[in-house]
Amino acid sequence: MNIAVCGKVIPASTVTIEIDPTTKRMVRKGVAHELDPAAASALEEGLRLAEKHGGAVVLYTMGIQDATIGIRSALAMGAASAVHILDDAVAGSDTLATAKLLAAAIKKQPFDLVLCATESSDSYSGIVPGQIAYFLGIPALTFAREIAVDGSKLVIKRQSESGYDVVESTLPALVTTTSGINEPRYPQLKGIMAAKKKEIKVYTAADLGFSADQVGEKGAREKVLSIGRPPKRQAGKIVTDEGEGGKQIADFLAEIKVL
Amino acid sequence: MPEVIWVYAEVVEGKITATTLEMLAKAAEVGKAEAVLLGPAPDDAPETLARYGASKVYRSADPVYRDYLTLPAAATVAGLIEKHKPAVMLFASSYAGRDLAANLSARFDCGAITDVGDFQLKDGSVEATIPALGASYLNTATLVSEGTKLLLVRPKSFEPKINEQPLAVEEVEAPADQALRAIRVKERVAVKREGPQLEGAKVIVSGGRGLRGEENFAMLKELADLLGGAVGATRAAVDAGWVPYAMQIGQTGKTVKPEVYIACGISGAVQHLSGMKTSKTIISINKDPEAPIFQYSDFGVVGDVFKVVPQLIEEIKKRKGR
Ligand SMILES: Cc1cc2nc3c(=O)[nH]c(=O)nc-3n(C[C@H](O)[C@H](O)[C@H](O)COP(=O)(O)OP(=O)(O)OC[C@H]3O[C@@H](n4cnc5c(N)ncnc54)[C@H](O)[C@@H]3O)c2cc1C
Ligand SMILES: Nc1ncnc2c1ncn2[C@@H]1O[C@H](COP(=O)(O)O)[C@@H](O)[C@H]1O
Repeated sequence: MNIAVCGKVIPASTVTIEIDPTTKRMVRKGVAHELDPAAASALEEGLRLAEKHGGAVVLYTMGIQDATIGIRSALAMGAASAVHILDDAVAGSDTLATAKLLAAAIKKQPFDLVLCATESSDSYSGIVPGQIAYFLGIPALTFAREIAVDGSKLVIKRQSESGYDVVESTLPALVTTTSGINEPRYPQLKGIMAAKKKEIKVYTAADLGFSADQVGEKGAREKVLSIGRPPKRQAGKIVTDEGEGGKQIADFLAEIKVL
Repeated sequence: MPEVIWVYAEVVEGKITATTLEMLAKAAEVGKAEAVLLGPAPDDAPETLARYGASKVYRSADPVYRDYLTLPAAATVAGLIEKHKPAVMLFASSYAGRDLAANLSARFDCGAITDVGDFQLKDGSVEATIPALGASYLNTATLVSEGTKLLLVRPKSFEPKINEQPLAVEEVEAPADQALRAIRVKERVAVKREGPQLEGAKVIVSGGRGLRGEENFAMLKELADLLGGAVGATRAAVDAGWVPYAMQIGQTGKTVKPEVYIACGISGAVQHLSGMKTSKTIISINKDPEAPIFQYSDFGVVGDVFKVVPQLIEEIKKRKGR
């Protein structure tokens, strides 16, 4: 089974992400990067399926040069190779252009299953996977908490408002994974060493058949008009518990007439 | 003529969802609200939509929309959009809403704006307000594509309003194409939920990693019961398996807006805050004085939840004379 995993490499969780007021985009250059933990879960799921059913996992990412660090950790986890869409022209792409580029890259090789995280941890639009599936002409099975493959049949447990649904389709298909679907493995030394020899294919937009004005900021349907900060909540009263903390909360609840 | 704004209506557990009614209220405020309701629903569902502002309901009760995900509904909605060309179509940021909007945004090559907290129409173009990066920013965005603008709306962004419209239902035909039946729902499993639900609760007592284990949620339950409220949790508590996902509050869980939110052992990560920070009053208990949750709290106690919460419970019992 050939498994394509789409994963974003994002500013590390230790970084407070800021938006640049002039470009109106997230500041990505010059900050520490890591493989999105949500993408690591999707990758882990892909690796487990490949271990069980045979086959290889390829990681697809679109991002700046700094994304290499995250690609390396995906390769160290066990991805066989990676595809990096790297091009200044794609900076500022909206969800649609991102999905078109990823779909075009995935199409270059045979695939049976495409895995994405339900949403990325930095932009969390959650619609890139559904768009990729549309461009690949395959069904999108979303919000999976469990994935099972049996021959050409795919069954997932899909999170629902009231519990979960058992949902099935045939392969090829795209599946999105929820957080908590698994605990992604840590790269081991052996994996880290092996990763150094694995291939990272680099594509530009032109390699994938797109002109510079079809992608990036120029090609975006969605335009950010303004960047603002929400009004700050007025600071409240903070006390330190010196044995009366519970009582003080009760007093406060009485004050606001909840008690 | 007012612009026509469509709302994709959803039914969950036999009821029109709250977010559907919230979106109708906004749609009716900005233009002429109409709804699309596909799949089995209670008999009075079209009336409910009309009562909350829908001046027209496009309707098919065909079970294909329930038994096969996304593709039949996307085909029908796409056909309706091409025929009637509404200015805007609103979807809830829900399981079904997201899948549909993703499909349609690719199909029409028009894109979509996600996580919308509010929007306006200005000379036919849409201006959406988005609480970005866990609501630490408040940005505005527009769609420059031609045709219907697709927006995915955050729950609890608007107040539902009774706005009685004469009932006008237009039946639509379900697609027969077998290829659209690619994603089949085999079974729906309801996970048992105990106690009052988060949706609509006036008081929410919520627990995070600081609770240390499943068993300690009993203490929060007792406090919630005393205050007539419900219990919620962070993703950390859900991912640890202490409580079910239905209790998760935040960006990837529920958005809540109670009168009082009591955060116990919760740090206040942006993804949690985005699901509860519009609560009327926020009270927090955390042993770390630097915890970000305190910046959003009306009242905070720096202390140990295992001391403060039991004392609070005793104190409430005493004051209630129990
Ligand atoms: C894409 C994405 C989506 C996410 N969606 C959500 C979401 O929907 N909801 C959500 O909640 N999170 C979500 N998260 C996770 C979020 O980033 C945080 O990791 C999570 O909210 C942290 O939960 P917590 O506050 O319980 O845990 P922690 O951040 O670990 O905080 C625990 C707190 O408990 C305090 N504490 C410990 N012991 C005690 C004690 N005895 N007494 C008092 N205080 C104590 C500590 O000081 C600490 O502040 C998401 C993350 C991502 C990347
Ligand atoms: N730049 C990207 N590179 C690779 N995968 C991506 C990218 N953007 C989005 N995705 C995939 O789409 C999922 C959802 O992203 P989003 O729509 O941004 O929430 C991610 O978890 C990835 O699987």
